[in-house]
Amino acid sequence: MFIKQISVFIENKPGRLAEVTKYLADAGINILAISMADTTDFGILRLIVEDPGKTDVTLKAHSLAVKTTDVIAVAMENRPGSLAGILAELSNHEIGIEYMYAFTTRNTDHDSMVILRLNNQEDAVKKLENSQKIRMLTSEMVGQIRG
Amino acid sequence: MDNNFWNPSVERMSRDELHAVQTRRLKETVERVYSNVPYYRDKMQRKGILPGDIKTLEDLESLPFTTKQDLRETYPFDMFAAPMESIIRIHASSGTTGKQTVTGYTRRDIDMWAECMARCLTMAGATRASKIQVGYGYGLFTGGLGAHYGAELIGAAVIPASAGNTMRQITMMKDFGTNFLCCTPSYALYLGEALGEAGFTKDDLQIVGGIFGAEPWSENMRKEIEDILGLRAYDIYGLSEVMGPAVSQECCRQDKLHVWEDFFIPEIIDPVTCEVLPGKTQGELVFTTIYKEGFPLIRYRTRDISSLCYDECGCGRTHARMTKPDGRSDDMLIIRGVNVFPSQVESVLLEEGNVSPHYRIIVDRKNNLDAMTVEIEMSENIFSDHVKGIEATESNIRKKIESVLGISCGVRLVEPKTIARSEGKAKRVIDNRKI
Repeated sequence: MFIKQISVFIENKPGRLAEVTKYLADAGINILAISMADTTDFGILRLIVEDPGKTDVTLKAHSLAVKTTDVIAVAMENRPGSLAGILAELSNHEIGIEYMYAFTTRNTDHDSMVILRLNNQEDAVKKLENSQKIRMLTSEMVGQIRG
Repeated sequence: MDNNFWNPSVERMSRDELHAVQTRRLKETVERVYSNVPYYRDKMQRKGILPGDIKTLEDLESLPFTTKQDLRETYPFDMFAAPMESIIRIHASSGTTGKQTVTGYTRRDIDMWAECMARCLTMAGATRASKIQVGYGYGLFTGGLGAHYGAELIGAAVIPASAGNTMRQITMMKDFGTNFLCCTPSYALYLGEALGEAGFTKDDLQIVGGIFGAEPWSENMRKEIEDILGLRAYDIYGLSEVMGPAVSQECCRQDKLHVWEDFFIPEIIDPVTCEVLPGKTQGELVFTTIYKEGFPLIRYRTRDISSLCYDECGCGRTHARMTKPDGRSDDMLIIRGVNVFPSQVESVLLEEGNVSPHYRIIVDRKNNLDAMTVEIEMSENIFSDHVKGIEATESNIRKKIESVLGISCGVRLVEPKTIARSEGKAKRVIDNRKI
C-alpha cells in the first residue's frame, strides 16, 4: 500500500527553493507534505502532492531532475506517544527506516500521519499489513488523485 | 657580470660558435630520428625531406611540427629514438585524453638534464656548499628527480623532501638550514604562510634562493614569495616532453629566462598559420631538442605563449631569453604543477555512460593552493532519492577523474541545464585564480 512521493534535486543556493515552489504554485499544485534533506552543496526536496503526475511533468518542464518514489503513509493520532508506538512496532518487526517526516491533517479519519521510506520496503510492507498497530493509508486517503 | 657560471665556456659561447654547435647537433638529431623513428621518417617523407636536406639552421623551418597528438598516437614508446637497452629512465605526464605522454632518457640524456639543472642552480647562486631542499614531487613527474640530479651534480647537499607534508618541510628548512628551495611558486607561498602560522619568520631561515616553476606565476607573486621567505626567487621553465625542468631559467637579472641553446633550439610561431615569427614577437613557443637520444623532439609545439630575445644579457650569457609564458594556445590548465586538459575530464564522463556530458571545471586558489572542482549536471539516470546515493555517485566520479588526472579534485553535481551551452566551443573552464 504505497503512496507516491516526488523527489527533486535542488542546488543549495539562496532563493532556489522559493523558485521551485513557485513553479508548483503557478501550476496550481497543492502540497500535502514537504521535507528537505540537505548537504552543503545540494538538497533533495521530497513532496507529497495532490497530483504527482502533474507535478512530475511541471518540474521536468523546468529542467529539474525529478524522481517519483514509493513511500508509505501511516495514520497517527495527534497525541503523545503515537509516533513512538508506530516506531516501536517497526522495531519489533526489525524494519529499518531510510527517512521519515510527519505532518498533521484535517482529515476526519486521522489527524496526523507519518511518511516513511523503509529498508527493503516491499518486504517490510508485507510484514506490516497484518499489524494491529500500524494503519497504512492509501493515496486516496492521503488526498492524492489517482495517477 | 656575476660569477655564477656552472659551465662558463658554453654559457658565454659566442653566437657564431653556438650556431656551429646547433647546426652540427641538429643534423645529428634529424639523422637519428629519421633512422630510428618510423613516425618521424613517414612525416618527413610526406613532406619530401631527407636528412641530407638539413644543412643549416634555416633549414629547420622545413621540418614538420610535432604535437601532443603525435605523442598520443605513438603511445607509449614509438617516438623513442634509442633502443630500450639504452633507456635508463621513463617519465610520464598527463596527456590530453587520459593517455599519458611518456618520455625515455638514455644515460647521456640524464647527464644532459643534470647539466642543465646544474647551470640553473648555479645561476641562482647555489654552490657545492649549499643545502638544496627539493619540494617538487618525486616520481613520474619530472620536477623532483630533475632538480635532484642537478643539485647532486654541483655537489650540493640535496634534501629530497618531495612535495607535501608542509610542517615537516618547514622544520627541515629551519633545523637543517636549507639555503635553496625548489618547488612550485604557489607551494613556496603556502610554505611562507605556514611558516608564519607556526610562529616563525624568514629570520629563522637561511634560505637565499628559490627556484620555482612548473606553473605560471606573476611578478606580484615573486615579490610576495621573496618578502615572506627572505630569498631571491627565480623562474625555471621546462616540460617533460622536452626534458623536464631546466630547459630555461632566469639569471641574477630576473629578466626573462635563458634557454640552453646548445641543447634546445627555440622558435616562436603563429599558432594559427604556423608561420615562424621574427624576434620579440609573441607567439607559440616551439622547441627542437638537439642533443637528446632517447626522446628527441623535432619542432615540438609547446602551446605556451612567449617571445624570444637575443639581446646581450648583462649577466654575460649569450643564450637567448624567453619571456615568462603568458597563457596557452590551447585549453590546458596547470593545477598544482600538473597539466590538466578538460578533455581528460570529458573522457571520464563519457566512459561513465549515464553521467551527463555537461560539465565545467572551476579552478580557485585557496590559501595559495590550487583547488579544482568539476561541476557535472545531474541527470535522471543518476539521480537518487538518497543523499548517500548522490554522494556515492560524486565520490565515484571524483575517484575516476583523480586517477586519470593524477591530482585531487572535487566533484559537485548541479541541476540539469544550469551549465551554459554555447554555439561553438563550450566554456569549460572557469579559472578564478589571480596569478
